[in-house]
Amino acid sequence: MQHARRLIVQALGALVVLGPARALAAWNKGAFEAKSAIDAMRALGIGNTEDSKEIQIRAPEIAENGAVVPIDITSNIPGTTSISVFIEKNPFPYTGTFDFSQGAVPYVHLRVKMGESSPVRVVVAAGGKHYTTAQEVKVTIGGCGG
Amino acid sequence: MAEPMKIRATLQGDVADVRVLMAHPMETGLRKDAAGKLVPLHFIQTITAQLNGKTVFSADVSQAVSRNPVFAFKVKGAKAGDKLSITWQDNQGDKRTDEIVIRAGS
Repeated sequence: MQHARRLIVQALGALVVLGPARALAAWNKGAFEAKSAIDAMRALGIGNTEDSKEIQIRAPEIAENGAVVPIDITSNIPGTTSISVFIEKNPFPYTGTFDFSQGAVPYVHLRVKMGESSPVRVVVAAGGKHYTTAQEVKVTIGGCGG
Repeated sequence: MAEPMKIRATLQGDVADVRVLMAHPMETGLRKDAAGKLVPLHFIQTITAQLNGKTVFSADVSQAVSRNPVFAFKVKGAKAGDKLSITWQDNQGDKRTDEIVIRAGS
């Protein structure tokens, strides 16, 4: 009983984090400080992911300057509520989550720093499920150190 | 106080194509200054965009976002005269909000 109650509380907590009320939720320190994409996903409550061709990542195949790598992400999955980005070989892979509500189109453009060549992994949340795809970006000059 | 953002919204039918440029150093905490000392972590953590007071787009981001961040997103159902405001907040407690009015055919 106690355990069940705790589960419910945890589930509610997860809803608060993942729901449209994110603006009120805390910045997920645990996920942002994780040193691997898997650990970051675990901290975000992303469990099973399904590969999807309905997510488009537009990023350069070869980025000459790792300090500014432009990435465009579009999700064609109906009911997309958020897009999360993980740069797998960065010191802290979790780069961010973008939430869409009230008519926002599930598209985002951002520019990121990449320390070295790495897959850029995108996880889309839609209808309570997570979908993923990745694209390799080769970096000739890293952008994380000085 | 941080410098103002540059926000541009272009209406294409009922979809507003929004681009925003924020002035921010986005220090990773890994970079050294000229004297060889590490520059402390200083980066934008949260971004919220509201159309007429309703949140349409929000983000939590890390220090891996490039210096002077640029983001673009699209909002369906926008029209001329709508107010678009964008707020960011960084890890040192600094924040900034800027607002524009979406114009027809701009």
